[in-house]
Amino acid sequence: MAKIVIIDQKACTGCRQCELVCSVKHTGTADPSRSRINVIKWEAEGFYLPMLCQQCLEPACAAVCPKGALSREKGSDRVVINRDLCIGCKMCVMACPFGAMGVDVKEARVIKCDQCDGDPTCVSFCEAGALKFVDAETANLAKKRAAGARFSQLMRNLV
Amino acid sequence: MALKRKLAVINLSTGEIKVQEIPRELREKYLGGRGLDIYLLYNYLKPGVDPLGPENVCCISAGILGGTPASASARTHIMGKSPLTGYLGSTNMGGFFAPELRYAGFDHLVLLGASKKPVYLWINNGKIEIRDGSRLWGLDTFETQEAIRDELGDPEIKALAIGPAGEKLVRFANVVTGHKNAAGRTGMGALLGSKKVKAVAVRGTMGIDLAKPEEALKYDKEMCKRIAGTKFGQIMQRYGTAFIYGVTNSTGLVRVNNFQKNQLTESEAIECENMDEHSVGTSGCFGCQLHCRHRYVIKDDRWGGTFGEGPEYTSQGAFGAEVGCTDFAAILYGNHLVNKLGIDTLETGSLMGWAMELYERGIITKKDTGGLELKFGDADTMIKLVQQIANREGIGDILAEGYNGAMKRLPAEAAKYCIQVKGMSNLHSDERPTPALALNIATATRGSDHLRSRPAIDLYHLPEPVLRKIYNSPIPYDGPLSSSYTDYEGKPWQVVWHEMCYMAVDCLGVCKFHTVFLSPTMPAFDEFCEWLRLIPGIEMTPQKLWEVAERAYNLERLFNNREGATRQDDWLVDRYFDEPTPLGFDEVRGKTIDRKKLKAMIDEYYQFHGWDQKGRPKAETLKRLGIENEPSHAV
Repeated sequence: MAKIVIIDQKACTGCRQCELVCSVKHTGTADPSRSRINVIKWEAEGFYLPMLCQQCLEPACAAVCPKGALSREKGSDRVVINRDLCIGCKMCVMACPFGAMGVDVKEARVIKCDQCDGDPTCVSFCEAGALKFVDAETANLAKKRAAGARFSQLMRNLV
Repeated sequence: MALKRKLAVINLSTGEIKVQEIPRELREKYLGGRGLDIYLLYNYLKPGVDPLGPENVCCISAGILGGTPASASARTHIMGKSPLTGYLGSTNMGGFFAPELRYAGFDHLVLLGASKKPVYLWINNGKIEIRDGSRLWGLDTFETQEAIRDELGDPEIKALAIGPAGEKLVRFANVVTGHKNAAGRTGMGALLGSKKVKAVAVRGTMGIDLAKPEEALKYDKEMCKRIAGTKFGQIMQRYGTAFIYGVTNSTGLVRVNNFQKNQLTESEAIECENMDEHSVGTSGCFGCQLHCRHRYVIKDDRWGGTFGEGPEYTSQGAFGAEVGCTDFAAILYGNHLVNKLGIDTLETGSLMGWAMELYERGIITKKDTGGLELKFGDADTMIKLVQQIANREGIGDILAEGYNGAMKRLPAEAAKYCIQVKGMSNLHSDERPTPALALNIATATRGSDHLRSRPAIDLYHLPEPVLRKIYNSPIPYDGPLSSSYTDYEGKPWQVVWHEMCYMAVDCLGVCKFHTVFLSPTMPAFDEFCEWLRLIPGIEMTPQKLWEVAERAYNLERLFNNREGATRQDDWLVDRYFDEPTPLGFDEVRGKTIDRKKLKAMIDEYYQFHGWDQKGRPKAETLKRLGIENEPSHAV
């Protein structure tokens, strides 16, 4: 079943451990500049937001790729790079509306979240629960329940 | 190889910057952080200099594990001769500065001389620039960090900064990064201010190679789960250190109205649960699962809308118990103010409590305070006093000098009421019922403080076999150990053990909440050695790591001795011996510290260290640790 990484922004504590462990997993070095995920912060307001590839259904990165190196993978919910086809033109970096396509200067190639092939390292480290790897089909259900709970309380107060 | 980070010696008088490798031998002897800092300070600083003169030296560093997959390896350490005490200045903070310093290519900075005009340092991928800081001078710590990001056009820059208090040389000015992380103690903000260094900004994309990346990641996850899963970890994630207050206050271990009571009755209003009203979530330092501080927006008519982070347990003491205040919003605002203006929360609270008691006793009057009624429990007065201290106005100018300096301007009888050791004020804990903690504050190298050697778990009544397991490793110990925190027996070894443990984490750059400080089940020497093997690739036994800590601790001791410290400086003020605790549990009520027994504890403590009865490391101790020729000027 297709799974996606969802972000619970309110739960994020801004510790950036996701960046650290992503870089170690993918590059063998501690180097957040090569991480596929980044926590964007508005420090003075205390607002933190992890940003990573949204694995779009109609990926802009794939649409602009002149070699067809980016595509949605069958049987999963992710957009993958075919390294054999990629020429490193970085059109995808330009096109991605989320900044999720990055450039790894040290390895001279573009990079993006690959969900660690089914066990995202960032998620497994996030004790705060800001990152979750869930079934795509029911990804919104928990949120629906939370919203429903608030609504149901209001309804009950009316009765 | 994970040890590529460099040392930069920056001469602010001449503008000369010398970048050099850190020799492997020094790494193995001191690792990094506080350990290597004391080596550098002991070598670079001439004895007897004015702490606020250009001859003083400021060391800024990351630990050897900083910014790597070792949990909470976020700590920055700053060291110099303290403008507050005249002895060792040493202070430590979390946040994101140290990891970024490492990504920018450096582990240690040594600042020499002083600039004539305000400057800030800009460190980016191996390059260091001394930049004009005139436009930053006068800004608070938050504004300074933002202004630097604007000027350099990179919102990801991390910076440490001093506030107006550091510029005005308040002797306990702190150094702040972010909105809350503060290297608070011993006045390192004043030291930077005296050098006209407003800030240090860092940004880097130089990855840190790891000796065994896959294993390190696996071990990191194991540690994270373990640390976050402890009872202590769970409550830290919810409330941070503010949770401690309810426990210590109900027991009767909190200094109230300076030192007049040991319990603030009717103070539910300042217990941790009150955070819920103001909190908008919690916040973590780099790579930490405990996220032990709240992000808050004050909900209150007076200071409504003010954003802050924290407060720590120490701020509940500083703006609560010590000044007799149960106004929670005032505590949050006080916490915000000290971070913004750049003064140490502990020292500020303690000195305010002192001033209020002096006022109550008529030792100082309205004439001295410029009309300010220094009454305990009055939030407005307290907030005003914080501002006066930071800006050196009115009575604040006297308090800004710290205990030593203030005593030059206050009546002699004021001295006995200040709760300080070596010229540094204590936090808000009352150690009269707890000999182990009393020994800790009496002997700590930077003065009265809990983060250098406090056996906090001594308060937990742990069964003797548990104590035995902890304190018998890595160095065997078969002396007495007691589960009772009111006992004197066995405590000196506990203090020594925690000194070594805390020194070790300070060398690694790991947070003390991730070791045996407030929880007996946290990682210690064995786990540290595993990190060292996996991350920088240093093979070291726990016994060897203990020796590293001992070496660095002995250098700190030598440093203080060289500056004139003697056994007399390892002692408490008379009130500990003469005024019994009036409140609290039966076992803590009516307690004083016994002079004779404290003296015996200190004798024993010196013996464990291999120091003579005057508190000086013996020649054989120095030889055993390989520091008999310091200062050796290896770098």
